Amino acid sequence: MLKDVTIGQYYPTGSVIHKLDPRTKILFTTAFVVMLFFLNNLWGYLATFVILATITLLSKIPVGYIIRGIKGLVLIIMLTVVLNLFMTPGTVVATLGPLTVTLEGLKVATYMALRLIFLVVGTSIMTLTTSPIDLTDGMEWCMRYIPFVRRYAHELAMMMSIALRFIPTLMEETERIMKAQKARGANFETGNIISRAKNLIPILIPLFISAFRRADELATAMEARCYRGGENRTRMKQLAFEFRDGASLVLMFVMIVGLYLTTWIQIPLLFPV
Amino acid sequence: MSVEIKNLSHTYSEGSPFEFKALKEINLTIEDGSFIGIIGHTGSGKSTLIQHLNGLLTPTSGTVLVDGKDIFETKKAQLIQLRHQIGLVFQYPEHQLFEETVQKDVAFGPRNQGLTEDEIDQRVRQSIKMVGLDFDAIKDKSPFELSGGQMRRVAIAGVLAMEPAVLILDEPTAGLDPRGREEILAQIKSLHSQKQITVILVSHSMEDIGKMVDKILVMNEGEVVFYDTPNRVFTEISTLESIGLAVPEVTYLMRRLKEKYPEIREDIFTVEAAKKEILKVVRG
Repeated sequence: MLKDVTIGQYYPTGSVIHKLDPRTKILFTTAFVVMLFFLNNLWGYLATFVILATITLLSKIPVGYIIRGIKGLVLIIMLTVVLNLFMTPGTVVATLGPLTVTLEGLKVATYMALRLIFLVVGTSIMTLTTSPIDLTDGMEWCMRYIPFVRRYAHELAMMMSIALRFIPTLMEETERIMKAQKARGANFETGNIISRAKNLIPILIPLFISAFRRADELATAMEARCYRGGENRTRMKQLAFEFRDGASLVLMFVMIVGLYLTTWIQIPLLFPV
Repeated sequence: MSVEIKNLSHTYSEGSPFEFKALKEINLTIEDGSFIGIIGHTGSGKSTLIQHLNGLLTPTSGTVLVDGKDIFETKKAQLIQLRHQIGLVFQYPEHQLFEETVQKDVAFGPRNQGLTEDEIDQRVRQSIKMVGLDFDAIKDKSPFELSGGQMRRVAIAGVLAMEPAVLILDEPTAGLDPRGREEILAQIKSLHSQKQITVILVSHSMEDIGKMVDKILVMNEGEVVFYDTPNRVFTEISTLESIGLAVPEVTYLMRRLKEKYPEIREDIFTVEAAKKEILKVVRG
Protein backbone atom coordinates (compact mmCIF):
# COMPACT_ATOMS: atom_id res chain seq x y z
CA MET A 1 0.00 0.00 0.00
CA LEU A 2 2.53 2.57 1.16
CA LYS A 3 5.07 1.23 -1.28
CA ASP A 4 3.09 2.51 -4.27
CA VAL A 5 3.76 6.14 -3.49
CA THR A 6 6.43 7.19 -5.97
CA ILE A 7 5.88 10.96 -5.86
CA GLY A 8 8.84 12.66 -4.27
CA GLN A 9 10.95 9.54 -4.40
CA TYR A 10 14.53 9.53 -5.60
CA TYR A 11 15.65 6.84 -8.03
CA PRO A 12 19.43 6.92 -8.48
CA THR A 13 20.83 5.71 -11.80
CA GLY A 14 23.69 8.17 -12.30
CA SER A 15 22.42 9.30 -15.70
CA VAL A 16 23.06 12.63 -17.44
CA ILE A 17 19.74 13.93 -16.19
CA HIS A 18 20.70 13.02 -12.62
CA LYS A 19 23.96 14.93 -12.94
CA LEU A 20 22.31 18.17 -14.06
CA ASP A 21 22.27 21.03 -11.61
CA PRO A 22 19.00 20.99 -9.65
CA ARG A 23 18.39 24.62 -10.62
CA THR A 24 18.43 23.68 -14.28
CA LYS A 25 15.85 21.00 -13.64
CA ILE A 26 13.66 23.23 -11.49
CA LEU A 27 13.70 25.98 -14.11
CA PHE A 28 12.84 23.60 -16.90
CA THR A 29 10.09 21.86 -14.94
CA THR A 30 8.51 25.21 -14.06
CA ALA A 31 8.63 26.43 -17.65
CA PHE A 32 7.34 23.07 -18.83
CA VAL A 33 4.37 23.08 -16.45
CA VAL A 34 3.40 26.62 -17.44
CA MET A 35 3.76 25.72 -21.11
CA LEU A 36 1.48 22.71 -20.68
CA PHE A 37 -1.43 25.04 -20.03
CA PHE A 38 -0.83 27.01 -23.22
CA LEU A 39 -1.01 24.02 -25.52
CA ASN A 40 -4.18 24.09 -27.58
CA ASN A 41 -3.86 21.28 -30.10
CA LEU A 42 -2.69 17.70 -30.30
CA TRP A 43 0.54 18.64 -32.10
CA GLY A 44 1.68 20.29 -28.91
CA TYR A 45 0.85 17.22 -26.84
CA LEU A 46 2.59 15.03 -29.35
CA ALA A 47 5.70 17.21 -29.06
CA THR A 48 5.44 17.09 -25.25
CA PHE A 49 5.23 13.32 -25.39
CA VAL A 50 8.35 13.13 -27.53
CA ILE A 51 10.24 15.46 -25.18
CA LEU A 52 9.19 13.53 -22.05
CA ALA A 53 9.96 10.18 -23.68
CA THR A 54 13.45 11.38 -24.62
CA ILE A 55 14.14 12.69 -21.12
CA THR A 56 12.85 9.45 -19.58
CA LEU A 57 15.13 7.39 -21.80
CA LEU A 58 18.09 9.61 -20.95
CA SER A 59 17.35 9.33 -17.23
CA LYS A 60 17.47 5.49 -17.39
CA ILE A 61 14.51 5.24 -15.02
CA PRO A 62 12.30 2.23 -15.88
CA VAL A 63 9.15 3.41 -17.63
CA GLY A 64 7.06 1.14 -15.41
CA TYR A 65 8.27 3.02 -12.39
CA ILE A 66 7.05 6.33 -13.77
CA ILE A 67 3.74 4.86 -14.83
CA ARG A 68 3.20 3.57 -11.32
CA GLY A 69 3.22 7.21 -10.22
CA ILE A 70 0.26 7.95 -12.51
CA LYS A 71 -1.73 5.02 -11.11
CA GLY A 72 -2.46 6.93 -7.94
CA LEU A 73 -4.06 9.69 -9.98
CA VAL A 74 -6.25 7.49 -12.13
CA LEU A 75 -9.33 8.46 -10.13
CA ILE A 76 -8.77 12.20 -10.51
CA ILE A 77 -8.03 11.85 -14.22
CA MET A 78 -11.14 9.72 -14.76
CA LEU A 79 -13.30 12.22 -12.92
CA THR A 80 -11.94 15.10 -15.02
CA VAL A 81 -12.49 13.15 -18.21
CA VAL A 82 -16.05 12.15 -17.35
CA LEU A 83 -17.07 15.63 -16.23
CA ASN A 84 -15.61 17.33 -19.29
CA LEU A 85 -16.95 14.70 -21.63
CA PHE A 86 -20.58 15.11 -20.65
CA MET A 87 -20.72 18.68 -19.41
CA THR A 88 -19.28 20.62 -22.34
CA PRO A 89 -21.90 22.14 -24.64
CA GLY A 90 -21.40 21.99 -28.43
CA THR A 91 -21.92 19.71 -31.41
CA VAL A 92 -23.49 16.47 -30.24
CA VAL A 93 -21.75 13.34 -31.52
CA ALA A 94 -23.40 10.69 -29.33
CA THR A 95 -26.15 10.38 -26.73
CA LEU A 96 -26.26 8.01 -23.80
CA GLY A 97 -29.70 8.33 -22.24
CA PRO A 98 -29.84 11.77 -20.63
CA LEU A 99 -26.11 12.30 -21.24
CA THR A 100 -24.71 13.75 -24.42
CA VAL A 101 -21.16 13.64 -25.68
CA THR A 102 -20.08 16.64 -27.70
CA LEU A 103 -17.14 17.04 -30.00
CA GLU A 104 -15.92 19.91 -27.83
CA GLY A 105 -16.33 17.74 -24.75
CA LEU A 106 -14.27 15.00 -26.34
CA LYS A 107 -11.58 17.50 -27.17
CA VAL A 108 -11.45 19.17 -23.74
CA ALA A 109 -11.52 15.80 -21.98
CA THR A 110 -8.60 14.50 -24.03
CA TYR A 111 -6.58 17.65 -23.46
CA MET A 112 -7.24 17.68 -19.75
CA ALA A 113 -6.30 14.04 -19.34
CA LEU A 114 -3.07 14.49 -21.31
CA ARG A 115 -2.27 17.66 -19.42
CA LEU A 116 -2.65 15.96 -16.05
CA ILE A 117 -0.65 12.91 -17.06
CA PHE A 118 2.19 15.00 -18.51
CA LEU A 119 2.14 17.25 -15.47
CA VAL A 120 2.63 14.30 -13.13
CA VAL A 121 5.18 12.58 -15.33
CA GLY A 122 7.17 15.78 -15.86
CA THR A 123 7.36 16.69 -12.19
CA SER A 124 8.02 13.14 -11.06
CA ILE A 125 10.96 12.88 -13.44
CA MET A 126 12.39 15.89 -11.65
CA THR A 127 12.00 14.35 -8.19
CA LEU A 128 13.07 10.90 -9.35
CA THR A 129 16.31 12.25 -10.78
CA THR A 130 17.18 14.76 -8.05
CA SER A 131 18.14 13.79 -4.53
CA PRO A 132 16.03 15.58 -1.89
CA ILE A 133 19.05 17.51 -0.66
CA ASP A 134 19.93 18.79 -4.12
CA LEU A 135 16.30 19.62 -4.72
CA THR A 136 15.95 21.78 -1.64
CA ASP A 137 19.31 23.45 -2.30
CA GLY A 138 18.07 24.31 -5.76
CA MET A 139 14.74 25.55 -4.40
CA GLU A 140 16.49 27.70 -1.85
CA TRP A 141 18.52 29.33 -4.60
CA CYS A 142 15.41 29.88 -6.71
CA MET A 143 13.45 31.33 -3.79
CA ARG A 144 16.11 33.96 -3.27
CA TYR A 145 14.86 35.60 -6.47
CA ILE A 146 11.22 35.72 -5.45
CA PRO A 147 10.26 38.93 -3.63
CA PHE A 148 8.74 38.50 -0.11
CA VAL A 149 9.77 34.85 -0.02
CA ARG A 150 13.44 35.83 -0.21
CA ARG A 151 13.77 36.55 3.52
CA TYR A 152 12.58 33.10 4.48
CA ALA A 153 14.32 31.19 1.69
CA HIS A 154 16.66 29.32 4.00
CA GLU A 155 14.05 28.53 6.65
CA LEU A 156 11.60 27.28 4.06
CA ALA A 157 14.24 25.17 2.38
CA MET A 158 15.32 23.71 5.72
CA MET A 159 11.72 22.90 6.62
CA MET A 160 11.24 21.26 3.27
CA SER A 161 14.38 19.18 3.49
CA ILE A 162 13.46 18.02 6.99
CA ALA A 163 9.97 17.13 5.80
CA LEU A 164 11.34 15.21 2.83
CA ARG A 165 13.91 13.51 5.01
CA PHE A 166 11.24 12.27 7.42
CA ILE A 167 8.67 11.00 4.93
CA PRO A 168 10.33 7.58 4.57
CA THR A 169 11.13 7.44 8.29
CA LEU A 170 7.54 8.10 9.27
CA MET A 171 6.28 5.65 6.69
CA GLU A 172 8.55 2.99 8.10
CA GLU A 173 7.38 3.88 11.58
CA THR A 174 3.74 3.63 10.51
CA GLU A 175 4.35 0.21 9.07
CA ARG A 176 6.16 -0.92 12.20
CA ILE A 177 3.40 0.27 14.52
CA MET A 178 0.78 -1.24 12.27
CA LYS A 179 2.56 -4.58 12.42
CA ALA A 180 2.95 -4.35 16.18
CA GLN A 181 -0.79 -3.74 16.58
CA LYS A 182 -1.61 -6.46 14.09
CA ALA A 183 0.49 -8.79 16.19
CA ARG A 184 -1.86 -7.90 19.04
CA GLY A 185 -4.79 -9.00 16.93
CA ALA A 186 -5.83 -5.62 15.51
CA ASN A 187 -7.73 -5.85 12.26
CA PHE A 188 -7.31 -3.06 9.73
CA GLU A 189 -8.66 -4.85 6.72
CA THR A 190 -12.33 -5.40 7.40
CA GLY A 191 -15.26 -3.52 8.94
CA ASN A 192 -17.23 -0.43 8.00
CA ILE A 193 -15.86 3.10 7.75
CA ILE A 194 -16.51 4.02 11.39
CA SER A 195 -14.88 0.92 12.83
CA ARG A 196 -11.98 1.34 10.42
CA ALA A 197 -11.50 4.93 11.50
CA LYS A 198 -11.59 3.80 15.13
CA ASN A 199 -9.01 1.16 14.34
CA LEU A 200 -6.61 3.90 13.30
CA ILE A 201 -6.31 5.23 16.85
CA PRO A 202 -3.82 2.54 17.92
CA ILE A 203 -1.65 3.61 14.99
CA LEU A 204 -2.06 7.38 15.08
CA ILE A 205 -1.35 7.94 18.76
CA PRO A 206 2.00 6.12 18.83
CA LEU A 207 2.87 7.72 15.49
CA PHE A 208 2.22 11.23 16.78
CA ILE A 209 4.15 10.58 19.94
CA SER A 210 7.11 9.29 18.01
CA ALA A 211 6.95 12.18 15.50
CA PHE A 212 7.04 14.72 18.33
CA ARG A 213 9.85 12.85 20.03
CA ARG A 214 11.84 12.82 16.81
CA ALA A 215 11.20 16.52 16.20
CA ASP A 216 12.33 17.31 19.70
CA GLU A 217 15.48 15.22 19.40
CA LEU A 218 16.28 16.72 16.00
CA ALA A 219 15.90 20.26 17.31
CA THR A 220 18.22 19.48 20.22
CA ALA A 221 20.75 17.85 17.93
CA MET A 222 20.69 20.84 15.58
CA GLU A 223 21.11 23.32 18.41
CA ALA A 224 23.90 21.24 19.89
CA ARG A 225 25.71 21.78 16.61
CA CYS A 226 25.06 25.52 16.78
CA TYR A 227 22.47 25.75 14.02
CA ARG A 228 21.10 29.31 13.91
CA GLY A 229 19.46 29.61 10.54
CA GLY A 230 20.68 30.72 7.17
CA GLU A 231 22.82 33.74 7.94
CA ASN A 232 26.52 33.27 7.16
CA ARG A 233 25.97 29.58 6.74
CA THR A 234 28.28 27.91 4.23
CA ARG A 235 27.70 24.61 2.52
CA MET A 236 29.76 21.54 2.15
CA LYS A 237 28.45 20.94 -1.36
CA GLN A 238 28.27 24.06 -3.48
CA LEU A 239 25.90 24.01 -6.40
CA ALA A 240 27.98 24.31 -9.54
CA PHE A 241 26.69 25.33 -12.92
CA GLU A 242 28.61 23.34 -15.52
CA PHE A 243 28.86 23.20 -19.26
CA ARG A 244 26.16 20.55 -19.51
CA ASP A 245 23.78 22.83 -17.61
CA GLY A 246 24.41 25.67 -20.02
CA ALA A 247 23.93 23.35 -22.95
CA SER A 248 20.73 21.90 -21.56
CA LEU A 249 19.38 25.37 -20.77
CA VAL A 250 19.80 26.28 -24.44
CA LEU A 251 18.10 23.03 -25.43
CA MET A 252 15.30 23.71 -22.97
CA PHE A 253 14.77 27.16 -24.34
CA VAL A 254 14.50 25.68 -27.82
CA MET A 255 12.04 23.04 -26.60
CA ILE A 256 9.82 25.52 -24.75
CA VAL A 257 9.78 27.89 -27.74
CA GLY A 258 9.07 24.89 -29.95
CA LEU A 259 6.13 23.93 -27.75
CA TYR A 260 4.85 27.46 -27.89
CA LEU A 261 5.13 27.48 -31.68
CA THR A 262 2.88 24.40 -31.91
CA THR A 263 0.00 26.54 -30.70
CA TRP A 264 0.13 28.37 -34.04
CA ILE A 265 -0.18 25.24 -36.18
CA GLN A 266 -3.44 25.40 -38.11
CA ILE A 267 -3.44 21.87 -39.56
CA PRO A 268 -5.94 19.79 -37.55
CA LEU A 269 -4.79 16.57 -35.90
CA LEU A 270 -7.77 14.38 -34.88
CA PHE A 271 -9.76 17.40 -33.66
CA PRO A 272 -10.66 20.48 -35.72
CA VAL A 273 -8.79 23.59 -34.65
CA MET B 1 2.67 -25.60 18.65
CA SER B 2 5.41 -26.68 16.28
CA VAL B 3 6.62 -24.31 13.63
CA GLU B 4 8.26 -25.49 10.45
CA ILE B 5 9.97 -23.14 8.03
CA LYS B 6 10.38 -24.44 4.52
CA ASN B 7 12.63 -22.93 1.82
CA LEU B 8 11.69 -19.50 3.07
CA SER B 9 13.09 -16.55 1.09
CA HIS B 10 12.23 -12.91 1.39
CA THR B 11 13.35 -10.06 -0.85
CA TYR B 12 12.57 -6.46 0.01
CA SER B 13 11.67 -3.98 -2.78
CA GLU B 14 12.00 -6.62 -5.44
CA GLY B 15 12.73 -5.18 -8.87
CA SER B 16 13.85 -1.75 -7.68
CA PRO B 17 17.41 -0.48 -7.20
CA PHE B 18 16.88 -0.91 -3.46
CA GLU B 19 16.30 -4.65 -3.80
CA PHE B 20 17.60 -6.55 -0.79
CA LYS B 21 17.60 -10.29 -0.20
CA ALA B 22 16.91 -10.54 3.51
CA LEU B 23 16.32 -14.29 3.74
CA LYS B 24 17.73 -17.01 1.51
CA GLU B 25 16.14 -20.45 1.52
CA ILE B 26 15.70 -20.92 5.24
CA ASN B 27 14.76 -24.39 6.48
CA LEU B 28 14.23 -25.22 10.13
CA THR B 29 11.86 -26.75 12.64
CA ILE B 30 10.99 -25.32 16.01
CA GLU B 31 9.61 -28.02 18.29
CA ASP B 32 6.66 -27.49 20.58
CA GLY B 33 7.69 -26.21 24.00
CA SER B 34 11.27 -25.44 23.11
CA PHE B 35 13.21 -22.32 23.93
CA ILE B 36 15.10 -20.99 20.92
CA GLY B 37 17.55 -18.11 20.75
CA ILE B 38 18.12 -16.32 17.47
CA ILE B 39 21.35 -14.43 17.16
CA GLY B 40 23.04 -12.59 14.33
CA HIS B 41 24.56 -9.33 13.28
CA THR B 42 22.40 -6.32 12.37
CA GLY B 43 20.82 -7.00 8.99
CA SER B 44 21.28 -10.76 9.20
CA GLY B 45 17.56 -11.36 8.72
CA LYS B 46 16.45 -12.13 12.29
CA SER B 47 13.59 -9.65 12.40
CA THR B 48 12.47 -10.54 8.89
CA LEU B 49 12.39 -14.21 9.81
CA ILE B 50 10.24 -13.82 12.89
CA GLN B 51 7.72 -11.62 11.09
CA HIS B 52 6.98 -14.54 8.81
CA LEU B 53 6.06 -16.80 11.69
CA ASN B 54 2.75 -15.03 12.33
CA GLY B 55 2.12 -13.96 8.77
CA LEU B 56 2.97 -10.26 9.10
CA LEU B 57 5.29 -10.60 6.14
CA THR B 58 4.51 -12.74 3.14
CA PRO B 59 7.45 -14.74 1.81
CA THR B 60 8.84 -14.17 -1.67
CA SER B 61 9.05 -17.95 -1.91
CA GLY B 62 8.73 -20.89 0.48
CA THR B 63 6.34 -21.12 3.39
CA VAL B 64 5.76 -21.57 7.11
CA LEU B 65 3.84 -24.51 8.55
CA VAL B 66 2.26 -24.15 11.98
CA ASP B 67 1.15 -27.52 13.36
CA GLY B 68 1.53 -28.87 9.84
CA LYS B 69 -0.71 -26.24 8.23
CA ASP B 70 0.54 -23.76 5.65
CA ILE B 71 -0.27 -20.35 7.15
CA PHE B 72 -0.07 -18.50 3.84
CA GLU B 73 -2.74 -20.66 2.27
CA THR B 74 -5.35 -19.84 4.89
CA LYS B 75 -7.85 -17.02 4.78
CA LYS B 76 -7.26 -13.56 6.28
CA ALA B 77 -9.55 -14.25 9.24
CA GLN B 78 -7.63 -17.38 10.12
CA LEU B 79 -4.38 -15.46 9.91
CA ILE B 80 -5.76 -13.05 12.51
CA GLN B 81 -6.65 -16.07 14.65
CA LEU B 82 -3.12 -17.34 14.23
CA ARG B 83 -1.71 -14.06 15.53
CA HIS B 84 -3.56 -14.67 18.79
CA GLN B 85 -1.66 -17.91 19.17
CA ILE B 86 1.74 -16.69 18.07
CA GLY B 87 2.52 -13.62 20.13
CA LEU B 88 5.17 -11.32 18.73
CA VAL B 89 6.83 -8.65 20.85
CA PHE B 90 8.59 -6.20 18.55
CA GLN B 91 11.79 -4.33 19.21
CA TYR B 92 11.13 -1.34 21.46
CA PRO B 93 7.55 -2.51 22.05
CA GLU B 94 6.88 0.51 24.28
CA HIS B 95 6.44 2.52 21.07
CA GLN B 96 3.16 0.73 20.41
CA LEU B 97 1.44 1.88 23.62
CA PHE B 98 -1.53 4.11 22.91
CA GLU B 99 -4.28 3.83 25.52
CA GLU B 100 -5.12 6.19 28.37
CA THR B 101 -4.38 3.67 31.08
CA VAL B 102 -2.10 0.69 31.45
CA GLN B 103 -5.07 -1.57 32.08
CA LYS B 104 -6.80 -0.56 28.84
CA ASP B 105 -3.61 -0.92 26.85
CA VAL B 106 -2.88 -4.42 28.06
CA ALA B 107 -6.54 -5.29 27.39
CA PHE B 108 -6.22 -4.34 23.71
CA GLY B 109 -5.03 -7.79 22.61
CA PRO B 110 -7.53 -9.89 24.59
CA ARG B 111 -10.32 -7.53 23.52
CA ASN B 112 -9.40 -8.16 19.88
CA GLN B 113 -9.71 -11.85 20.64
CA GLY B 114 -13.35 -11.27 21.55
CA LEU B 115 -13.16 -12.45 25.16
CA THR B 116 -15.69 -11.55 27.83
CA GLU B 117 -14.98 -8.62 30.18
CA ASP B 118 -14.30 -11.01 33.08
CA GLU B 119 -11.81 -13.00 31.10
CA ILE B 120 -10.13 -9.84 29.85
CA ASP B 121 -9.82 -8.47 33.36
CA GLN B 122 -8.35 -11.68 34.63
CA ARG B 123 -5.84 -11.92 31.82
CA VAL B 124 -4.76 -8.30 32.26
CA ARG B 125 -4.18 -8.86 36.00
CA GLN B 126 -2.26 -12.04 35.37
CA SER B 127 -0.02 -10.72 32.63
CA ILE B 128 0.84 -7.51 34.48
CA LYS B 129 1.82 -9.65 37.45
CA MET B 130 3.83 -11.93 35.20
CA VAL B 131 6.06 -9.08 34.04
CA GLY B 132 6.73 -8.16 37.64
CA LEU B 133 4.57 -5.07 38.04
CA ASP B 134 2.06 -4.25 40.76
CA PHE B 135 -1.35 -4.34 39.10
CA ASP B 136 -3.21 -2.14 41.59
CA ALA B 137 -0.50 0.49 41.68
CA ILE B 138 -0.13 0.79 37.95
CA LYS B 139 -3.47 -0.04 36.33
CA ASP B 140 -4.87 3.50 36.23
CA LYS B 141 -1.64 5.23 35.27
CA SER B 142 -1.08 6.52 31.77
CA PRO B 143 1.47 4.33 30.03
CA PHE B 144 3.32 7.50 29.02
CA GLU B 145 4.14 8.54 32.57
CA LEU B 146 5.99 5.30 33.31
CA SER B 147 9.74 4.81 33.18
CA GLY B 148 11.28 3.22 30.09
CA GLY B 149 11.67 -0.16 31.76
CA GLN B 150 8.11 -0.15 33.05
CA MET B 151 6.75 0.81 29.64
CA ARG B 152 8.65 -2.10 28.15
CA ARG B 153 7.07 -4.48 30.67
CA VAL B 154 3.58 -3.13 30.07
CA ALA B 155 4.06 -3.63 26.33
CA ILE B 156 5.25 -7.19 26.86
CA ALA B 157 2.27 -7.79 29.16
CA GLY B 158 0.06 -6.61 26.31
CA VAL B 159 1.21 -9.57 24.24
CA LEU B 160 1.25 -12.06 27.13
CA ALA B 161 -2.38 -11.20 27.87
CA MET B 162 -3.33 -12.93 24.64
CA GLU B 163 -1.92 -16.15 26.14
CA PRO B 164 -0.04 -17.18 23.02
CA ALA B 165 1.21 -20.73 22.58
CA VAL B 166 4.34 -19.41 20.92
CA LEU B 167 5.97 -16.26 22.22
CA ILE B 168 8.47 -14.44 20.04
CA LEU B 169 10.49 -11.55 21.49
CA ASP B 170 12.67 -9.32 19.31
CA GLU B 171 15.48 -7.98 21.49
CA PRO B 172 13.30 -7.46 24.55
CA THR B 173 16.21 -6.12 26.59
CA ALA B 174 17.60 -3.57 24.10
CA GLY B 175 18.30 -0.26 25.78
CA LEU B 176 17.58 -1.44 29.33
CA ASP B 177 19.97 -1.18 32.25
CA PRO B 178 21.68 -4.41 33.40
CA ARG B 179 19.21 -4.96 36.22
CA GLY B 180 16.17 -4.47 34.02
CA ARG B 181 17.72 -6.85 31.53
CA GLU B 182 18.31 -9.56 34.12
CA GLU B 183 14.78 -9.22 35.45
CA ILE B 184 13.04 -9.38 32.11
CA LEU B 185 15.08 -12.37 31.00
CA ALA B 186 14.38 -14.16 34.29
CA GLN B 187 10.65 -13.53 33.82
CA ILE B 188 10.75 -14.89 30.30
CA LYS B 189 12.58 -17.96 31.53
CA SER B 190 10.08 -18.64 34.29
CA LEU B 191 7.20 -18.04 31.90
CA HIS B 192 8.62 -20.70 29.64
CA SER B 193 9.02 -23.25 32.39
CA GLN B 194 5.66 -22.52 34.06
CA LYS B 195 3.43 -22.38 31.03
CA GLN B 196 5.32 -24.79 28.78
CA ILE B 197 5.00 -22.41 25.86
CA THR B 198 7.43 -22.20 22.97
CA VAL B 199 9.67 -19.15 23.29
CA ILE B 200 11.77 -17.62 20.53
CA LEU B 201 14.15 -14.96 21.74
CA VAL B 202 16.04 -12.70 19.35
CA SER B 203 19.14 -11.15 20.86
CA HIS B 204 22.48 -9.57 20.16
CA SER B 205 24.02 -10.91 23.29
CA MET B 206 25.41 -14.43 23.50
CA GLU B 207 25.71 -13.97 27.24
CA ASP B 208 21.99 -13.37 27.59
CA ILE B 209 20.73 -16.26 25.58
CA GLY B 210 23.51 -18.81 26.07
CA LYS B 211 22.43 -19.69 29.55
CA MET B 212 18.71 -20.00 28.99
CA VAL B 213 17.90 -21.49 25.60
CA ASP B 214 17.72 -25.09 24.35
CA LYS B 215 18.96 -24.24 20.89
CA ILE B 216 20.65 -21.29 19.25
CA LEU B 217 19.95 -20.25 15.69
CA VAL B 218 22.86 -18.27 14.31
CA MET B 219 22.08 -16.20 11.23
CA ASN B 220 24.31 -14.35 8.82
CA GLU B 221 23.33 -12.50 5.64
CA GLY B 222 19.96 -14.19 5.45
CA GLU B 223 21.23 -17.70 5.95
CA VAL B 224 21.30 -20.16 8.83
CA VAL B 225 24.88 -20.70 9.99
CA PHE B 226 24.19 -22.91 12.99
CA TYR B 227 21.07 -24.31 14.59
CA ASP B 228 22.20 -26.33 17.53
CA THR B 229 22.58 -26.49 21.32
CA PRO B 230 24.62 -23.70 22.94
CA ASN B 231 27.39 -26.16 23.86
CA ARG B 232 28.03 -27.04 20.28
CA VAL B 233 27.51 -23.54 18.85
CA PHE B 234 29.95 -21.96 21.28
CA THR B 235 32.77 -24.28 20.27
CA GLU B 236 32.72 -22.74 16.78
CA ILE B 237 34.48 -19.62 17.96
CA SER B 238 36.33 -18.84 14.74
CA THR B 239 33.23 -19.08 12.55
CA LEU B 240 31.25 -16.96 14.99
CA GLU B 241 33.95 -14.33 15.08
CA SER B 242 34.19 -14.26 11.30
CA ILE B 243 30.52 -13.22 11.11
CA GLY B 244 30.94 -10.52 13.73
CA LEU B 245 29.68 -12.44 16.76
CA ALA B 246 31.45 -13.49 19.92
CA VAL B 247 31.03 -16.20 22.51
CA PRO B 248 30.43 -15.26 26.16
CA GLU B 249 33.43 -13.72 27.95
CA VAL B 250 33.65 -16.67 30.30
CA THR B 251 34.12 -19.05 27.37
CA TYR B 252 37.14 -17.02 26.29
CA LEU B 253 38.45 -17.31 29.84
CA MET B 254 38.06 -21.09 29.80
CA ARG B 255 39.91 -21.21 26.53
CA ARG B 256 42.85 -19.32 27.99
CA LEU B 257 42.83 -21.54 31.05
CA LYS B 258 42.99 -24.60 28.84
CA GLU B 259 46.41 -23.46 27.65
CA LYS B 260 47.61 -23.96 31.19
CA TYR B 261 45.32 -26.78 32.31
CA PRO B 262 44.72 -29.02 29.27
CA GLU B 263 42.18 -31.11 31.19
CA ILE B 264 39.73 -28.22 31.68
CA ARG B 265 36.51 -28.16 29.63
CA GLU B 266 36.01 -25.40 27.07
CA ASP B 267 32.30 -25.72 26.32
CA ILE B 268 31.23 -23.54 29.20
CA PHE B 269 29.27 -20.35 28.89
CA THR B 270 27.94 -19.46 32.33
CA VAL B 271 29.88 -18.14 35.27
CA GLU B 272 28.25 -20.78 37.48
CA ALA B 273 29.44 -23.67 35.34
CA ALA B 274 32.87 -22.09 34.99
CA LYS B 275 33.20 -21.84 38.75
CA LYS B 276 32.36 -25.50 39.20
CA GLU B 277 34.75 -26.59 36.47
CA ILE B 278 37.62 -24.46 37.74
CA LEU B 279 37.13 -25.72 41.30
CA LYS B 280 37.01 -29.27 40.03
CA VAL B 281 40.28 -28.87 38.16
CA VAL B 282 42.06 -26.89 40.87
CA ARG B 283 41.03 -29.30 43.61
CA GLY B 284 41.96 -32.16 41.34
